[in-house]
Order: sequence, then structure tokens, then C-alpha cells
Amino acid sequence: MSVRAFLVSAVLALLLAVPATASERHPTLAELSHEVMCPTCKQLLELSHAPVADRIRAFIKTRIAAGDTKSEIKQRLVSEFGEAVLASPPRQGFDLLAWLLPLLGLAGSATVVAAIVWRWRGHSAAAPDDEPADPELARRLDEELALLDA
Amino acid sequence: MGLLLALLGIQVFSGGSGHGLDAALAAGKTAAAPDFSLPRLNGEGTLRLHSLRGHPVVLNFWASWCIPCKQEAGLLESAAKSYRADGLVVLGVDAQDFRSDARRFAKRYGITYPIVRDGSGSTLARYGGTGFPETWFLDRRGNVVGEHVKGALTRERLARNIAAVLAG
Repeated sequence: MSVRAFLVSAVLALLLAVPATASERHPTLAELSHEVMCPTCKQLLELSHAPVADRIRAFIKTRIAAGDTKSEIKQRLVSEFGEAVLASPPRQGFDLLAWLLPLLGLAGSATVVAAIVWRWRGHSAAAPDDEPADPELARRLDEELALLDA
Repeated sequence: MGLLLALLGIQVFSGGSGHGLDAALAAGKTAAAPDFSLPRLNGEGTLRLHSLRGHPVVLNFWASWCIPCKQEAGLLESAAKSYRADGLVVLGVDAQDFRSDARRFAKRYGITYPIVRDGSGSTLARYGGTGFPETWFLDRRGNVVGEHVKGALTRERLARNIAAVLAG
């Protein structure tokens, strides 16, 4: 990697990291409403009008005002309502499957595509372009092309 | 793949027997109440339902943000005191609620009967509960009998079902 490419990558990484850090240190109610579920209606907090959702929004506002980070607020909610209060499943235990299965599916699909491409290329290699697979067919094709040219 | 299917099966079928309870009650039968062990609201250890065998139990799921729960809180406290000599235990299960809110609620309504915490609502789901408040009545053998009351209890309904579990 050239020095220039390295510098560009580093700047891009910094640009992406700064908002993430700011969001972690100074979360907003709107952000957390995308990441927290209403425990009774099983909808995102932002979509829920259930009484407990109102109470959770008030709790989040209080914790933001107290200076809690996003992780701290989420952890407090998990200690009250369990892991299901988080919109994204935790990366452990049975819930790890929710993260692993799509990756396994992607890997499986990539393997199948790779196998198909490999087989296709193998067949292509077995029949070089300059040697017709069927000489009779090639002869008829040449005749018909000649008629078109005439 | 087999392991994955097994795990999914366990997850799907561990949901509990809530619908079975309602079906049994609708057919006039009894069904074993799903056992649970939950932390006490006051933080002093856990309480296992099985430990109450030998006592008729009024099992009441509630939350501090639930308005009908406020209406029935006094009735339940009164019943807990009135039937204590008969061995009746009123057990409150505070579900999907903040601990601090639940403690304030218990203090405000003068609740002295035991309360446990089901923050995630998973125990309520195992009973087939879908809202608040919901109440089941358990006989001395730990079977659900009588009505599954959805919504606020009335004095008459509470007395009728308590009479049923005391007689059972």
C-alpha cells in the first residue's frame, strides 16, 4: 500500500469514527428510539405509544441529562427489561445465531456461486474457442453466414 | 445443521404452556401452573412458586404504568389480609416495569404481600398473558383453577375465585 493510499484510508476511518464516538458519548433520544424496543408491543420505541414506551422515553431523557453514554443507558434498560429490549440481538448465546446465520448464508451462497463459475470455466477450457464442438454445426453456420454476406 | 434445527426447536417450544392453561380452564379442567423462580422486588433473594405448595395462591401480574392495576391494588391487599388465616397467599408479579416505579407503586398502595419481578415479561408469556393486569388462581397442589381474569378484578370476582381455590 502506498503512503498516499494509507493516508486516505486513515482519514476516512477517522471521519467515520468521530460521529460514532460522539453518538456513544452524547446519545439522543431519537437515536436510542431506533435501537430500543417497547417491551409490551414489541415495536421500536419510536413507533410505540404504549404507556411503558412513554415511561422508557422519559427514563432515556433523564439518563441523557445525567450524562450517561449510550451503552450505559442500554445496559440500564437491559437490567430492567432483559436483552429483548434491544432492537439488535446481543452477540452471545442463542442470539448469536441471528448474527451468524446471515453470514453463513452469505458464505454458502458465495461457495455455490464460486462452484458454478468454476465448473463453467472448466467446461469452457475443455472446449477451446478455435475448435468447434460440432464440425457439422460449424460448417452449416459458416454456410448461412456466407449467404448473409452475399 | 442438525444442531441449528435442534436449537431453533428448543427456542420455539420453550415458550411455555400458556395457551394450554386457558384451554384447560375453558374445558373446566385444572392444569399445573408453570413454575418459576423470580427475584423479589425488595431485592431479598428469589421466590420460587413451587415453594408455595400447600397454599392457595392468587397470582397477579401487574405493572406500575397500568391504570387498572391501580384500581385493583387495594382489593388484592385487602384479600391478602382477610384470607391470610386460611393460608391464602397473594403473589404479585411486577412485569415489564422499572424496579423503582414498582417500589413506589407498592408503597403508595400499601402492598404488603410478596412481589417478584419479571422485567422481561417472559413468565407472563409462559402463562399466556398478553396484557395487564392478569390474574390466575392456584389451588394448594399448584394447579390453576377457576378463572383467568384479564383486566381489573372486581370484589365479587375475586371473592368467587378465592372461594374456589380455598375449597379445592
